[in-house]
Amino acid sequence: MLFSEYYGDYYACVTEIISEALVGELTREKINAIIQKTGYAESTLTIPEKLRDGSWPLLTGDFQTPLKHTPPHPVTLLQKQWLKSLLADPRIRLFGVSDMGLEDIEPLFDPSKFIYYDQYSDGDPYEDEGYITRFRLLLQAVKSKRKAEVAFVSHRGKHCIWTVVPYRLEYSATDDKFRLLCQSEKWNNRTLNLGRIHSVRLRETYDQERYPVPTLQNETVVTEITDERNALERAMLQFSYLAKKTERIGEKTYRMTLYYRQEDETELVIKLLSFGPVLKVVEPEAFVSLIRERIDRQYSLQHSKDNPA
Amino acid sequence: MAYSELIKNSEKIRSYMRDFYVYGFKGRDAFEDKSKRVYDDESRRVKGWLEGYIDSYYDDSGKKVFLSIDSRTISRNPLYVAFRTRSFTDWDITLHFFLLDILADGPATVKQCMDRITETLPDASARELPDEGTVRNKLKEYEQMGVVTARKEGRTLVYALANDFGEKLCWQDAVDFFSETAPMGVVGSYFPTGHSSPFEFKHQYLLSALDSEIMADLCGCMNQHRGAELTIFSRRRNRERAHTIYPLRFYFSTQSGRQYILGYHYIFKKPMFFRLDGIRKVKQLGIEKNPERYEEYWEAFDQNLWGVSPGEQTLDHVRMWVHVGADELHIPERLDREKRHGSIRQIDEETWEFTADVYDASEMLPWLRTFIGRIVEFECSNAFVTQRFCEDIDAMRQLYRGGDDGAIQ
Repeated sequence: MLFSEYYGDYYACVTEIISEALVGELTREKINAIIQKTGYAESTLTIPEKLRDGSWPLLTGDFQTPLKHTPPHPVTLLQKQWLKSLLADPRIRLFGVSDMGLEDIEPLFDPSKFIYYDQYSDGDPYEDEGYITRFRLLLQAVKSKRKAEVAFVSHRGKHCIWTVVPYRLEYSATDDKFRLLCQSEKWNNRTLNLGRIHSVRLRETYDQERYPVPTLQNETVVTEITDERNALERAMLQFSYLAKKTERIGEKTYRMTLYYRQEDETELVIKLLSFGPVLKVVEPEAFVSLIRERIDRQYSLQHSKDNPA
Repeated sequence: MAYSELIKNSEKIRSYMRDFYVYGFKGRDAFEDKSKRVYDDESRRVKGWLEGYIDSYYDDSGKKVFLSIDSRTISRNPLYVAFRTRSFTDWDITLHFFLLDILADGPATVKQCMDRITETLPDASARELPDEGTVRNKLKEYEQMGVVTARKEGRTLVYALANDFGEKLCWQDAVDFFSETAPMGVVGSYFPTGHSSPFEFKHQYLLSALDSEIMADLCGCMNQHRGAELTIFSRRRNRERAHTIYPLRFYFSTQSGRQYILGYHYIFKKPMFFRLDGIRKVKQLGIEKNPERYEEYWEAFDQNLWGVSPGEQTLDHVRMWVHVGADELHIPERLDREKRHGSIRQIDEETWEFTADVYDASEMLPWLRTFIGRIVEFECSNAFVTQRFCEDIDAMRQLYRGGDDGAIQ
């Protein structure tokens, strides 16, 4: 059962509260701090009251507990089944896990029954031993805050060797690719495709205060959607991975503002074009020009020849 | 009933979260089929769970609540919170902690558990105690969940705490990654998340999380080769309808976040797609005696699908010639990786051809438009598609060059 109180945040709060009571360090303030960290906006009104009035007889009046052990929370069958399913996913080889402890478990799902029909076909080579080794080294670099020396071929075919400060591995389901998000002494932020990296050497640890995770600036594009051909729902869903704001401005017209990263501009241009005439980019003018230029070029192609396009 | 942050079933909140997250411009009045009280409670819950992600604004028609999340700035899907909010009774939580505490000392029978509870429960003499059936049911529930084990000693069941999964730490990175990328990733979110994840996700559709229970039910049918009765809610028609299918495959879009189940429809006797977010309920049906037959059927059927439209199962032929400049090798590379069941070939130094035979070429139009600016020739055996493509280019030209009069014809 996926939806169970066993996994719930209320149980998690109470587990922490009991654990504190067992070491004799529980106070009213601590209860509230735990709830604010693990619970929701109004949990501080519910959980302390239930513990105080004895509805949940898990604490005594002096912040002690009748329980003897830190509450155990064994991994459930569902969780094991989910892990077992992952062993059939080609990407699992990146993580070096085995079926130890899961030998008799039936998988929850079969990854081969899932078709990602618009995923690009040139995804990363998850079964390539060299790729796996480089992935693990970079994962280790990210987690242990170490610099890494990476050798790669740029998209222009140039061979480069950089010493970078990796701060995260980014995965795109559409591209089926990993990218290394990193910075260096010279620049604030760079993205390197793992598929282009052919060698990785771990270097010394770096000072996190000197290299904080960069906060990247977003650009803005404003569009107007005419709700025909189910355009509104399509746009709302397609761009739901971006921060956005939508307002109704007419009977069937909506203004959608998207916040995107500069490096994704071309991708966004073609995604917006894919909506055809039911979506119009209205601001900023530089973005509008990018769209207009492509349409003009297409219009010329279409009308310069005696063919249907 | 008094307001609670917790919920009994996730179905109601599923639709509210979707509306807040996907649309974000609906006010209280737009939720026509719900009472104002229900709207107020649900929006209060979502706000309480997702502090920091929820925002609102006012316009002429009132307050609008919306969720706005840049998926690249988070490593964990915040919408999973909806699955951690199941309500419970006072006895549920009391027994949970007491029984697991008792079993942490060693195996025990129901009777022994009850004795220990009576001994240790504060003010036991002044309060109602759980009856044997309640204790037994909780232990049985936990046995089914794999939290406790049961073995028979004579005629008595002896319960013990299940051995914890010792490999949790080895799996930590995999769990961080697959919680956000694998089906039913919400289960991964039930593992400890006190550390920071080394991953970030681009093009991540957080909303798909809300359909995890439906997906789990369908996987249950597929694992056992069972048919399924789907209760579908149509937003457009605002009504429910039942369909009986043999589930074949899930089809997920990585570019729109839409999720479908493809099934062979027992009544209509043809393959049909159903969006998971439209399915309200899944009921298991009988076991199929010859599942291989459906598997072969699917393999052949899939060969001419572009997306998720089976059309009338006649084929549309599509041919597109694309202009590629001297330094634009990335264009044929793009065609190649995005062609799906189509084919590409080079015509001359500056032209590449894409061809495909698909059930429904109209669902290719959005993808074809992404090549606007370089389409030298386009033809489709389905005249409607050719006409729509050409008219749309004209309408777009009008839209960007002809002022505001560029209405769609």
